[in-house]
Amino acid sequence: MRLTQGTFSFLPDLTDAQITRQIDYCLSRGWAIGIEHTDDPHPRNTYWEMFCNPMFDLRDAAGIMTEINACRRTFPREYIRVTAFDSSHGVESVVLSFIVNRPENEPGFRLVRTEGEGRKISYAIESYAAQDKPEGKRY
Amino acid sequence: MSDKKATKITDAKQRYAAGVLKYAQMGYWDGDYQPKETDILAVFRITPQDGVDPIEAAAAVAGESSTATWTVVWTDRLTACDMYRAKAYRIEPVPGNPEQWFCWVAYDLSLFEEGSITNVAASIIGNVFSFKPLKAARLEDMRFPVAYVKTFRGPPTGIVVERERLDKFGRPLLGATVKPKLGLSGRNYGRVVYEALKGGLDFTKDDENINSQPFMHWRDRFLFVMDAVNKASAATGEVKGSYLNITAGTMEEMYRRAELAKELGSVVVMVDLVVGYTGIQSLSNWCRDNDMILHLHRAGHGTYTRQKNHGMSFRVIAKWMRLAGVDHIHAGTAVGKLEGDPMTVQGYYNICRDTYTKTDLPRGLFFDQDWGALRKVMPVASGGIHAGQMHQLLDLFGDDVVMQFGGGTIGHPMGIQAGATANRVALEAMVLARNEGRDIKVEGPDILKEAAKWCMPLKAALDTWGEVTFNYTSTDTSDFVPTVSTAQ
Repeated sequence: MRLTQGTFSFLPDLTDAQITRQIDYCLSRGWAIGIEHTDDPHPRNTYWEMFCNPMFDLRDAAGIMTEINACRRTFPREYIRVTAFDSSHGVESVVLSFIVNRPENEPGFRLVRTEGEGRKISYAIESYAAQDKPEGKRY
Repeated sequence: MSDKKATKITDAKQRYAAGVLKYAQMGYWDGDYQPKETDILAVFRITPQDGVDPIEAAAAVAGESSTATWTVVWTDRLTACDMYRAKAYRIEPVPGNPEQWFCWVAYDLSLFEEGSITNVAASIIGNVFSFKPLKAARLEDMRFPVAYVKTFRGPPTGIVVERERLDKFGRPLLGATVKPKLGLSGRNYGRVVYEALKGGLDFTKDDENINSQPFMHWRDRFLFVMDAVNKASAATGEVKGSYLNITAGTMEEMYRRAELAKELGSVVVMVDLVVGYTGIQSLSNWCRDNDMILHLHRAGHGTYTRQKNHGMSFRVIAKWMRLAGVDHIHAGTAVGKLEGDPMTVQGYYNICRDTYTKTDLPRGLFFDQDWGALRKVMPVASGGIHAGQMHQLLDLFGDDVVMQFGGGTIGHPMGIQAGATANRVALEAMVLARNEGRDIKVEGPDILKEAAKWCMPLKAALDTWGEVTFNYTSTDTSDFVPTVSTAQ
C-alpha cells in the first residue's frame, strides 16, 4: 500500500526542486517549517518525532533542504514530513504537511474488528510494520 | 428622505392618544439615529405597495419586527418604549430597481434573548414578511455586536480543530454524496462509501433525505457505513469519515442516532436545516460534548433564499448557523448545478471563515462583523462539480472548503475508486501548482492535462466531463456590480 497522509501523497514523490518551491511558498507566507519523522505512521499517531524545533528563524529554503537531507540520512527508512506552522491569530496550527521520505516497503495496516453486542463492532487499526517491534526496528 | 410629514410625534399626549398613527409618527423612523456598537443591525430589501412612502414602509418594518402593533396602545407607556422600539435609520434605492429600497434597522440588544437563534428569527422575520403594505420584503444581511456574539458557543469543532483531528492540512477536503440518494440497501450503500474513501476522498455523505426509510433503516446504514469507513482508513493510513445523517422526527430520536454514530467511532454526524434552529443548537451542544464534527445540509433554504425580492439571503442563514454552532455548511459552488453567483457565494464563504468580516457590497456584505474569536465554519461546495473545474474551485474558494464530487466520483467511467482518485490527483496537482506560483485560473486546464498524462482516472474524468458547465444566469446577485460570468 501507499500511505496517503499529507498534502501531496497522491502525486508521484516530490523532487527536491518541487519540495524547495513548496518551502519557498511557506516562507513567503511567514510560516515556520518543522521536520518530523516516524516509523509508526498510524493515522492517529499525531506526534511524530521532531528532527528539530520548528525553524522559526531559518528563512532560506536551501538551509531547510540541508536539514531535510540530514534527516533523510539519519532515518532513511522512516517516514519524514515537512510541516508548516502559521502563528497568526485564528489559525495557530499546521497549515501544510507533506511527506518527503518514505520506506521502500510499506506493508500497511490491518483492520481489527471486535464484535460486540448485537451487530456492533469496535474497530482498531494496527500497523503490520510497527506491531510487536520496538521503535527503530520497524521498517 | 421624501415624506417630511412622517416624523416622530414628540408630544406624549398626542402620541399616545387612542387611534392609528403612521409608523414613522410612532417613532420607528429616525433618520438621525447613530447605531450603537451594541445594537443588532439589519438591512431589508423592501418593495412597498404602490403609493406607500418608502420611509413609512421602512418604519413599518422596524415597528413590526419590534414593539409595534397596528394601533396605538397606552401600555407602551409602562415601558422604556423609546429604547425597545427598533429604529429604521437609513433607506437607499436599490440600484437599477426603482420599486425596491434597502432599509437599515437598528435593534437594541435588550430586545433579544442571549444564545438563541430561534429568538433572533422570531424577532426579525417573525411577522414582518406578511405585512400588507409591503408587496415583498427580504432580509439581506445582519450585524451582530460582539456582546451578542459572545452569548453563543459557535462551532463545536471549527476548521482548525477539524483539520487537526483529521490530520489533513494545506488543501481542500474532498467528499462525495452517495448516489442514488434513495433506494440503496445498507450493504450496497456501504460499498459506495468504501470505494470512494479508498480511492482518495476524505468524506462521504448521506443525502438530505436519507433518514430511515423502508429500503434502509438508519441502524443498518450506520453499521455498514462505519465498516466501510474503517476499512478504507486501514487501506490508506488516513483518517476517513462519513457524514451520518441523524435527522429524525424528534430530538430524542436524533440523540439516539447520534449516540450510535459515536459508539461506532464516527468522526462526524450530519443534520438538515429543516430540523430548525433550536434542534441545531441542541445538537451542536451534543457534538461539543462528544468530540463530533457537525455537518449541516442546508435542505430547504432555496424556498426562501433564492428570489431576490422576498425571503432572506443565505448570508443571514450562514451568520445564524455560525452562531448556532455548526462545523460544516453547504454554501454553494458558483460553478456547479445549483444557484449561486460567484461573488455572492464568496460572501457566504467569508462569513464562515473570517475572524473579522469586512463590509463588501459587491459580495453582498452590508456590515463589518467581528466574530469575537468564534470558531470558523468549513463551507461545503456541493452540487454538479467535477475534476475539470478544479482550478476554478480552488481559485474561488481557497483551501478551507470541502469540495463534494458526488456524480463526479460515482459516475466515473472506470468506477468509483477511479473517480475518487481522479478528484484527489486533480486537487493535489492544482494545490502544488498554485503554491509554486503558477496562475491556475489561466493554466488550470494545462495543469490538469499534465497530471492526466500519468493518471488514467483523471484523463477519463476530463474526457467525460471536461466540457460540462452550468452557465445559467443567477437569480440572487449583488445589485452593486454586474453579474460575473463563470464560463470556462
